[in-house]
Amino acid sequence: MSDYNTSGFDSANMFSIDGRRIPFKPGQTILQAALEAGVYIPHLCHHPDLKPHGSCKLCTVTVNGRNGSACTARALPGLEVENDTPALNDRRRVLLQMLFVEGDHFCPGCEKSGNCQLQALAYDLEMVAPHFRHFFPKRTVDASHPDIWLDLNRCIMCELCVRASRDIDGKNVFMLAGRGANSQVVVNSPTGLLKDSALTADDAAAQICPVGAILHKRVGYSVPIGQRQFDDATIGHQVEYLARRHIPIKPVAVDAPKMPEKEGV
Amino acid sequence: MSEVSEFSRLVEPVLQRHQWRPDRLLQILRDVQDVLDYLSDDTLVRLAEELRISYAQVRSTRDFYAFLYSENRGRYRVLFSDNITDRMLGNQALFEQMLANFGLAAGQVSADGLVSVDLTSCTGMCDQGPAILVNELAITRMTPQRVDEICVLVKNEVPLADWPAEFFVVEDNIRRADMLLGTPHEPGHAIRAAITRGRDGMLAEMRIANLRGRGGAGFTTAIKWEACRQAPGEQRYIVCNADEGEPGTFKDRVLLQSYAGRVFEGMVIAAYTVGARLGLLYLRAEYRYLRPQLEAFLAGMRAQNLLGKDIAGDKGFDFDIEIHLGAGAYICGEESALIESLEGKAGKPRVRPPFPVTCGYMNQPTVVNNVETLCKATEIAIHGGAWYEAIGTKQSTGTKIISVAGDCERPGLYEYAFGVRIAQILEDCGASEAMAVQVSGASGVCLSEREFGRRIAFEDVPTAGSFMIFDTQRDLFEVARNFAHFFRHESCGFCTPCRTGTALLSDLMDKIADGRGTQYEMNELLRVQAVMKASSHCGLGQTAGNAVADTVQKFRPAYERRLAQTDFMPAFDLDAALAKGRAITGRDDALAHLDQGA
Repeated sequence: MSDYNTSGFDSANMFSIDGRRIPFKPGQTILQAALEAGVYIPHLCHHPDLKPHGSCKLCTVTVNGRNGSACTARALPGLEVENDTPALNDRRRVLLQMLFVEGDHFCPGCEKSGNCQLQALAYDLEMVAPHFRHFFPKRTVDASHPDIWLDLNRCIMCELCVRASRDIDGKNVFMLAGRGANSQVVVNSPTGLLKDSALTADDAAAQICPVGAILHKRVGYSVPIGQRQFDDATIGHQVEYLARRHIPIKPVAVDAPKMPEKEGV
Repeated sequence: MSEVSEFSRLVEPVLQRHQWRPDRLLQILRDVQDVLDYLSDDTLVRLAEELRISYAQVRSTRDFYAFLYSENRGRYRVLFSDNITDRMLGNQALFEQMLANFGLAAGQVSADGLVSVDLTSCTGMCDQGPAILVNELAITRMTPQRVDEICVLVKNEVPLADWPAEFFVVEDNIRRADMLLGTPHEPGHAIRAAITRGRDGMLAEMRIANLRGRGGAGFTTAIKWEACRQAPGEQRYIVCNADEGEPGTFKDRVLLQSYAGRVFEGMVIAAYTVGARLGLLYLRAEYRYLRPQLEAFLAGMRAQNLLGKDIAGDKGFDFDIEIHLGAGAYICGEESALIESLEGKAGKPRVRPPFPVTCGYMNQPTVVNNVETLCKATEIAIHGGAWYEAIGTKQSTGTKIISVAGDCERPGLYEYAFGVRIAQILEDCGASEAMAVQVSGASGVCLSEREFGRRIAFEDVPTAGSFMIFDTQRDLFEVARNFAHFFRHESCGFCTPCRTGTALLSDLMDKIADGRGTQYEMNELLRVQAVMKASSHCGLGQTAGNAVADTVQKFRPAYERRLAQTDFMPAFDLDAALAKGRAITGRDDALAHLDQGA
């Protein structure tokens, strides 16, 4: 049987990505199964420790001829997924350009450079210019917290911090508010400032930002440029890292404010 | 301390009414705004404490909805409907006139905190525009005279309740009635007919009728009901989607205004069939004026035992209906966004699957049906599926209500059996000079004259009901530009392609309108639109560029006559951009200017 024949899988829990056979566990998404099998599908808003979200759309693939987010679409036996095609990568490049122009991503001046997934993806997908006219949004920088600073100019609205704070830290420190191009992350504190929130430096929400929007203070260049995560190999060649980058989880503060259980009507 | 007690005095009753339930957050914010005029950050902090949820959560909901205000917008908040049909009826001049009367800029609040005047998306009064909302109450048929009268009333701080009643008259304008609009309604008849058929019998008739949803997507209603009925769950819900936000459509407004019995009985029948005990009518904020009469109607149904316990004498059949009010967000017409909104959150579409029929409101099996679809269920209950199936076309059974607006002699509602040709509708409404028709709203399809032989049906031209006519004097570029701005305003912001793509498209359209567009921008429009269509999270982003793509293809001259005859032009005026530098350096000689011709 040819490797490219996807119709004759001998195992039920197999599907194909670009003709390559991928095993999966029932309940896994296409992206989870792909990463585990060592196949890279570009993504930004996905993290292995969190529930799928599907907002960045970088992982859009073609599943049996239809477009879908690999991070939310379930792996099913016999699916034929297209991923690494010129057309899909073209589209991803446009999405990256959109993210670059709607925020303010000045890589040379950002201490996340080299560890930034947006930057790494742009290199990986050979995005050579932002192409579109910059939006030049007026967003704030919140440096009030002793250990963490928040620069919304670099935010890509992936909501990883929102989800990590809610689902891992049990704190609900962050929330996306507003609508459309006016969307922005807001901090849960009476003043709206990070210093008055429940965020601490060891929170998952403080570790998870894929770009330079949430950064730790006083560690900016402790790893020199040139020795950072994506400096040696492109992000596309670090599938193992992407599949296994778990956040160190500390005990959850159970008395933290949480959305009460909803009652039925 | 007096401020504290004032807050408690005004807000406590609201919280009590909603039982401090965080899932009622949107309704609570609406009601609190009604008493405090706007929702300050301080108010949000207090509400978050009271509801035991995070401040950021409350803020996320407030900041999402266009009609919830973070700062004072004045005691009189005037919004001009800015759909293309309002523009064609001259809304811009009236808007300017009112701004001038008050000495205000668009969106500015008067110094005394009395009034603000701004624009809003289509308010669903296209057949009797230009329309405005004053503190969310609809006023139709604006004229220069009416603008002046309203300015006087506002300046004299006359309460809205004392304004002339004729301002608030909203006509039905039914021009062609068929089986739905033309048949008298006998209260309870449809419910009793459904109960006589039994739950299985009713579902069987629905299947035979092959009724498809009237909200646009056209999903088969019987399949939806059956899936909800079979899904495991503790509760089931019936949601009536009355968030009629698609520009140019107003059929649901008329059905709610004059055919509410059918809408509600349709909900009761759906509840009976799937086994639901609670129904929710999600009413768009623009139709808020209908709420008192709808509440009264529900009270009447309860009195007649058509709602409540043991409905129509059927032991154990308990069902009631609540009305939830939207707050100005087009995306809430998408069923999963609507459910999020019902749960008090920002209206962002969920990841699907799971679909609402298995995991909807409160994560329970939920049927979401359009207003018109529910009306249709009453016809099937009364007359049976076979009778219904005989009307219309094979894949599109029954009749469809079309909301006709734009360049014609008789705008209003037209009900036809499915399969009617575009040309027939144009003839009936008196549109002899039509050059184009936008069917199914801003997200729909723009048809040119050579397509007027096509039919309204899921097999050919599907529609949620909007039908906007443009005659040979109109400029289809401006139509598409209006829609591009509409989508920029209404994108929820969840996914990259829609959030940014709608902004890019409207900027490109503005650049062309400014005479700074070239062939480059024409290519860009289609490139951005293709990415939005292929990768957006929901239908809004997938269809937001349709009108642009259609008009580029079919009305290209409307674009080309605006294009500069050069390869590329920047979006801004290079020389004007240097003005600040000239001012700082105190120079204004020839060498301090760029030669624009070069």
